[in-house]
Amino acid sequence: MKEHIINIQHLSKSFGDKKVLDDISLYVNRGEFITLLGPSGCGKTTLLRMIAGFLQPDEGVILMDGKDIAGTPPHLRPLNTVFQRYALFPHLDVYDNIAFGLKLRKTPQDEIDKRVRRVLKLVAMSDYEDRDVETLSGGQQQRIAIARAIVNQPKVLLLDEPLAALDLKMRKDMQIELKEMHRKLGITFIYVTHDQEEALTLSDTIVVMNEGKIQQIGTPVDIYNEPVNCFVADFIGESNILKGRMMRDRRVAFIKHEFDCVDEGFGEDVPVDVVVRPEDIYFTTDPAKCQFKAKVNSCTFKGVHYEMWVDTDTGYELMIQDYDPYPVGSEVMLYIDPDDIQVMHKERLCNTLSGTVKDDQTITLLGGDFPIRNSFEPGTEVTVEVPFTSVDLLDNTEDGVLSGEVHFILYKGDHYHLTVKTDDGDSLWLDTNDIWDKGDLVGIRFKDKGIKIRSKDEQAQ
Amino acid sequence: MKRFLAKTYIWILLILLYAPLVFIAVFSFTESRVLGSWEGFSTHLYGNLLTGNMQGGAPLLAAVRNTLLIALAAALVSTLLGTIAAIGIHNLHGRKKQALTLLNNIPMINPDIITGVSLFLLFVFLHFSQGYLTVILAHITFCTPYVVLSVLPRLREMNPDIYVAALDLGATPGQALRKVLVPELKPGMISGFILAFTMSLDDFAVTFFTRGTIGLDTLSTYIYTDARKGGLTPELRPLMTLIFLVILVLLIVINLRQERLNNKNNKR
Repeated sequence: MKEHIINIQHLSKSFGDKKVLDDISLYVNRGEFITLLGPSGCGKTTLLRMIAGFLQPDEGVILMDGKDIAGTPPHLRPLNTVFQRYALFPHLDVYDNIAFGLKLRKTPQDEIDKRVRRVLKLVAMSDYEDRDVETLSGGQQQRIAIARAIVNQPKVLLLDEPLAALDLKMRKDMQIELKEMHRKLGITFIYVTHDQEEALTLSDTIVVMNEGKIQQIGTPVDIYNEPVNCFVADFIGESNILKGRMMRDRRVAFIKHEFDCVDEGFGEDVPVDVVVRPEDIYFTTDPAKCQFKAKVNSCTFKGVHYEMWVDTDTGYELMIQDYDPYPVGSEVMLYIDPDDIQVMHKERLCNTLSGTVKDDQTITLLGGDFPIRNSFEPGTEVTVEVPFTSVDLLDNTEDGVLSGEVHFILYKGDHYHLTVKTDDGDSLWLDTNDIWDKGDLVGIRFKDKGIKIRSKDEQAQ
Repeated sequence: MKRFLAKTYIWILLILLYAPLVFIAVFSFTESRVLGSWEGFSTHLYGNLLTGNMQGGAPLLAAVRNTLLIALAAALVSTLLGTIAAIGIHNLHGRKKQALTLLNNIPMINPDIITGVSLFLLFVFLHFSQGYLTVILAHITFCTPYVVLSVLPRLREMNPDIYVAALDLGATPGQALRKVLVPELKPGMISGFILAFTMSLDDFAVTFFTRGTIGLDTLSTYIYTDARKGGLTPELRPLMTLIFLVILVLLIVINLRQERLNNKNNKR
């Protein structure tokens, strides 16, 4: 069994009312390159800062080599950080920046000289010792920041979006160099980024985070090929995410066709989400191989491949990537390998809300009075199930019972699946054909259709 | 024509502003006892001033010494206090930060005479015997906000991560403060120090009310008393000229520093 250098257990942190980390548990193997990946605001930087000791967790422990480091201040932790905006000391030259940590530790001068030279060589900045850090370019400053951290020979190197401020070409070069440095040094790297491609390139293990929770932990290949939920599938790479139904083991239906797949154990006739990567839908000219037909809607050259949108004969839109272009308007025959279909449990089938009956026409939910006909006594505590299709979004926030903001949008081939955050921070999910943008302010209303109401007392009995 | 008018206007303005100063400076080079009558060029008054060979020479030199000592002490302490306060204010958020910034600004707009009288009443109330200490305390009080105001922009421009970066590299909070934060804030602290020093130098009202009855005089109170006793001692003319030159040099230094800092930031 491999040794865990860092073990994080049930870590939580709130800033004011906002929970930024919610029960995070995770371990890091010695010597591994692990990446915390997620959109901005997902809590990844907070987690990194807690490991570094700049922030204290509200709950949970961080073990390093089996010992709780809660009481250890940052300057005594055997780890070093590379900051997003470098955080070099402007009043010191390159040499003194790098020697900063060594001098504090009263390292002998000849030893400092030797080590500074060695790391400067490692980051390919050997002739820059006497330069003022402010005269260096962004990429050079980043190299010095890395050198300043690794010269102290930390057990763990924390990197907070170190390449985010560099241009694309420089970023690609630095990725390769970082990977090479990791191999040479044998230090554990904990890397934070929102760039999924960077994470896939660099990491041994990726931790995908969203809204303060870990979504999935796995190798880049696992995360890409077998995302556990729609968020991961959407965030990592391009994907077609579709509503489906598991007919039985190894047989799934979506886009109104049935396909063989390799997934088992979902049960029979169960609603699921299906992910098919755009490069996994193949064109064929052999009618025997063809699983469904479609018409090419658009075709864009992307450098290595062409990106095409097709309309299936059953009315769904799919994205396909292929090395060969097909003319817009042409009828094509398509098939998908059973291996390439990723079936995922649905996270939820409807919105389940708790509320109180106000009168026979009104139920109070999420702090708003929704007109829902019911046959319960006023004051009854109820659980209300609202189907995705029964949530209505309105342009004017005043027209809704509640107001909120469009938080996350997922295209599912023939409709959009939206996550809306109410002003109080509750989430609602809905299906719609209307086009909204992330961040749109909306009014929220329920259609009194398909809504199920249960009394809480009934449930208890 | 328009340009000519604009130029004339600015020259008239400048002449009006600087005439009194030039007047004093010119008449510091003549020996006449009465201001305004020219009795030929002489540097005699400067000589008297430097050798102390003059009427009331000893108290005048004592006043100069007091002024400098008080200004130095007040500027040093308020630089320290102001820097700490600025760091504190910078780390606050939202309404608290706004409130404290406002509270910091009010004493600066507050008329000196009110600051002076209220400090006088406070010292009386606390049974402080008035003298050097109370004057220095009073000067610290009105100098500190200026230091806060000159350190805050440095903090705002600073990369907030450099302090934690120092901790991360093994510095204790104290070392991080000394080795990283203070060197970073130094330009602001020096500007604040110079500002506090000049504010203290030219203060009259606050000093007048807090110096007590032990006969403590700074330059401004000395000149005030001297002028009331009947006529200005002639040697004060070269003295005022010199003070003006010192202030002028300090102001130029502050402005040059500011310009250099701005250039440096623009380059970044």
